[in-house]
Order: sequence, then C-alpha cells, then structure tokens
Amino acid sequence: MNWRSLALKSFLLPGVVLLIVLIIMAALPSFGSKYSIIFLSTIFMYIVLTTGWVMFSGPTRQISLATAVFFGIGIYVAAILGMHLPLVVMVLVSGLISSVMALMVGGLTLRLKGVYFTIFTFGLLELIKNLINWYEVTFTGTRGRFVVVVNNNTIYLYMLAITGLTLLTAFLIRRSKYGLALQSIGEQEEAAAHIGINVTVMKVSIFAISAFFMGAAGAVMATRWTYIDPFMAFNMNYSFTPVLMAIFGGVGQLGGVVIGAIIFAYLEQILITQYPYYYMLLFGLVMVISMLFLPNGLAGMVQKWRARTVGGGNVHS
Amino acid sequence: MSILEGQGVTKYFGGLAAVSNVDFHVDQGEIVGLIGPNGAGKTTLFGLISAAVIPNSGTIRFKGENITSLKPHQICKKGLARTFQSVKVFSDMSVLNNVTLGAHFGRLQRVSEARATDEAARLLEFVGLTGKAKVQAKDLTLANQKLLEVARALATKPEVLLLDEIMAGLNSTEITQAMELVSKIRAQGITIFMIEHVMKAIMSVCDRIMVLDHGKKIAEGTPQEVATSKTVVEVYLGE
Repeated sequence: MNWRSLALKSFLLPGVVLLIVLIIMAALPSFGSKYSIIFLSTIFMYIVLTTGWVMFSGPTRQISLATAVFFGIGIYVAAILGMHLPLVVMVLVSGLISSVMALMVGGLTLRLKGVYFTIFTFGLLELIKNLINWYEVTFTGTRGRFVVVVNNNTIYLYMLAITGLTLLTAFLIRRSKYGLALQSIGEQEEAAAHIGINVTVMKVSIFAISAFFMGAAGAVMATRWTYIDPFMAFNMNYSFTPVLMAIFGGVGQLGGVVIGAIIFAYLEQILITQYPYYYMLLFGLVMVISMLFLPNGLAGMVQKWRARTVGGGNVHS
Repeated sequence: MSILEGQGVTKYFGGLAAVSNVDFHVDQGEIVGLIGPNGAGKTTLFGLISAAVIPNSGTIRFKGENITSLKPHQICKKGLARTFQSVKVFSDMSVLNNVTLGAHFGRLQRVSEARATDEAARLLEFVGLTGKAKVQAKDLTLANQKLLEVARALATKPEVLLLDEIMAGLNSTEITQAMELVSKIRAQGITIFMIEHVMKAIMSVCDRIMVLDHGKKIAEGTPQEVATSKTVVEVYLGE
C-alpha cells in the first residue's frame, strides 16, 4: 500500500502538469501566431525523430543512420497517396510502410555489429534516394512531386498528436521489461540471449516501432512543403541531426532527449535567420563545446548537479 | 535416464579440433565436473551445449529431445542455463534488475512485475547478495559478479545449470562459500555440470568427473578414480 501511494504521488503530479500542457498546446492554434504554429511543428518533428532514434539506438547502442530513410518513406507515401486518401489514413499508412521497411532491413542487417550496421544504414539511405531519383527520372519524367496541401493548424495538431504518442510509447517501453531487455542486449548481447531473450526479434521490433513514428511524421511534414524530390525527402540531415540532438540532450533520459531536440531546433532557427553565413560555423562550435563539457548531455549534467547539491541520489550508489 | 547427453560432438576452429568426437551424459540430480588443462575445449563444449557455438557434427539431447539446432534463447526456455567464464553481467544495470530479467525471460511465461522482483530478491538472498540489490553490477567485486551470474541463471528456472569456472580468482573463504552454494543449488533439484580448476572444490563437490584434453575425452569416473587415473596424472603433470 505504501508502494501505491508512492506511485500515485510520483505519477499524479507530473501527469496533471502534462495534461495541462497538452491542453494548452492543443488550444494554441486558436490564439497563437502563425509563426509559432509553424515553428512548433518543426520542433515536434525533431522531437519525434530524436525520440524515435533513441528508442532503438539508445538501449541497443547500435547507431542507426536510417532515420532519414523512414522519414523519407513517409514523405513519399504522402506524395503518392495524399491526393487519394484522407489525412489520418495516409499518415497511418505512411507509418506502417516505414515499419515494414524497418522489419525487412532489420531482419537482414541487425546481425551486423557496431560500425558495420551504421555504415549499412547510411548506405541504405543513399541507395533508396538514388533509386527513387532514377525511377522518377526514367519513368515519370519529372524528379519531384507535388504534395496535397494541408493548412498549418491541422499540420500542427497532427504533429502534436504524433509527438505525444511517440513519447508515450517510448516511456512505456522504457518502464517495461522490454526496455530492460533492450538495455541488456546493448550491454551484453550474448548473456541476454542465454537468459531467454530473443535478441533478433526484440531488436527488429523496436526498430520497426520507431520507424512507424518517423514515417508518420514524414507524411505530415510533407504536406507543409507542398513540393518534394528525392534529395529533399531523403536528406541525410534527418539522420544526423536527431543523433546530435539526442547526444546533446542526453540519451539516458527521455526528458533530456526532448529538451535537446527543442534547444537544438530553436538554435538552428535563430542561427539560420540571424547569422545565415556563420550558421554552420556556430552550430559546429556549439556541438564541439557540448561534446567536451557535457559528455552525458544536458540530462547528465542536471543529474550530476543534483547529486552534488542534494548530496544523495542513486547516481553512484 | 540422462537429462543431458551428447554424442560425437565435434567443433573445428579452422583446422583445429577444439572439441573432437566427445560423448557425454549428465544424469538427473548429479553434479558433474569437467576438468582439463587450458585450451582443452571445456568452455567450447559448454558453448556447444548452450548453442553459443554451432557444432560441426554430433547431437546434443536435453531430456531426450534433440536441441542441437536450437538458438540460445530457446535452449534457455527449455530449462538449460549457464554462467560465463569471463563474466558477462549487465554492468550499467542494478544487481536486482540483472536477476529480474532472468525471471521475466526465462522458462516462466508472463511473470508479473512484482513476482519477478520478489523472485530476484529471493535469489539474491540465496546466493548471498542481499545487501547489493540496488548497486550497479559493474561496482561489484569479481567474486560477487560471479555470484550474480549464478543468481541470474537460476532466475530462468533451469533444470540443468552449466557453471563455467565460478571459483576462478576467488580466495579460499569465497571458494568454500561457492562450494556450499553449489550443493545448495543441487539440493533444490537442479542438475549441475561445472567447469572448474580448483581441484579441492571439484573433488569434494562432484559425483562424477570428466576430463578433456586437446578436445578429446580422456577419462571419466568418480573423483577418486579420476585422481588416481594414470592418463589424467600424465596430462596434468607430464610423464
């Protein structure tokens, strides 16, 4: 019973706060500026991509650069099916197709270890990008495609919903025995298998689940860009940026991941608009500094600081 | 009837026969020791039984069923667990969670969170790690990490437990405790197949001993028989 009251206390307050934040966020289109709606949609996109990346690569420690593949597939599904399907269905189909792609790729390659897996996922991105480009140029005669137009408020609300679902899924998996199992795979894959964990199924499943959200996000974002081509859709920045955001925020905690994505997205926006010529330079500088001084990201720093001031915590018990 | 048996089990690494045409059997409730000089193929044989290594030929049967082509997680779910010579604990995880995972994914299906945690706590007490439940596994001493591996393996509810040198690197007090632990595990009805270099331990705790040398089984019998066998003495001490 003590447990119960403790659980209630530790879930009730954050739960209520989250609910209020969610309600305000959902009501934002009725009073927020157009700029804030568009900007927040971009931040949501980064949160989804980063959280999705962390879902798989965080515990298993296998660095995937396939984020842009699944995101891009979502974009292309939107471009091809957007005119024929209602928005909800289109988004779900995009997520599912990305998931199926992840299942196939994962089944084939998750036996690859370490850097080989990373290089493979990067190669996959280039392969699919160029394959679609070749197809478009050879068979349709045009490189790009127009995407069905959706108004900004709808895009915003869809991205908010996808972000909420992504975070909820990541949170629930992390707390479950499957989260623990994924972590054990990342630490000692052989030992994990010998205590009965089906390592391949576990890794492929989480890869596919994370791909669903990436694909869904891609489909919604595509409607904002109205015109897409293979080089936009499968831009490698969508693979690299989430990795940087996650490292900056701290892979260990979901809160860190979200904060990392928000700060990074904000920084990108500021730098691009204020200092377009020095944007990449400043961006790189911030990255180097955070790597040097925040090896465990913002979340790691907060944890360290807390341990020092409270004098307790279980960081190094 | 033998709970675990192998026939003509062979494994080549390149041209080298690490395990060569070995027959073995372990009976229900026994403690069987596996000894031999370094590089004799003992750990490879354990790898073959637990499917970490795929044999070139031969069959391994568990409770009469051929398990040679199964995957490691399937072997575990059948009721055969192991520890590792070079410890493989989940180091960034708490000691308790290390064991809880075994309870969740081992032979039992759909274990509730509370039951898995209770079971893990009980096993930590059983191996003598109660006070360490919240500690990160990497902060344990080597001796305790080995005990943790035993608890984690037991959490999967095995019928046969393969112990790969759980006493290596322990001091004499710890060795005595480990020997008691092995007897306690057997008293729970679990059959034990163990690799060990600590002769004092293996001679007093085992019902039967198998000796491997250069991948071949060169002797088998009670501790008394093995200790007085001419071939075994030659292998260990030279002629």
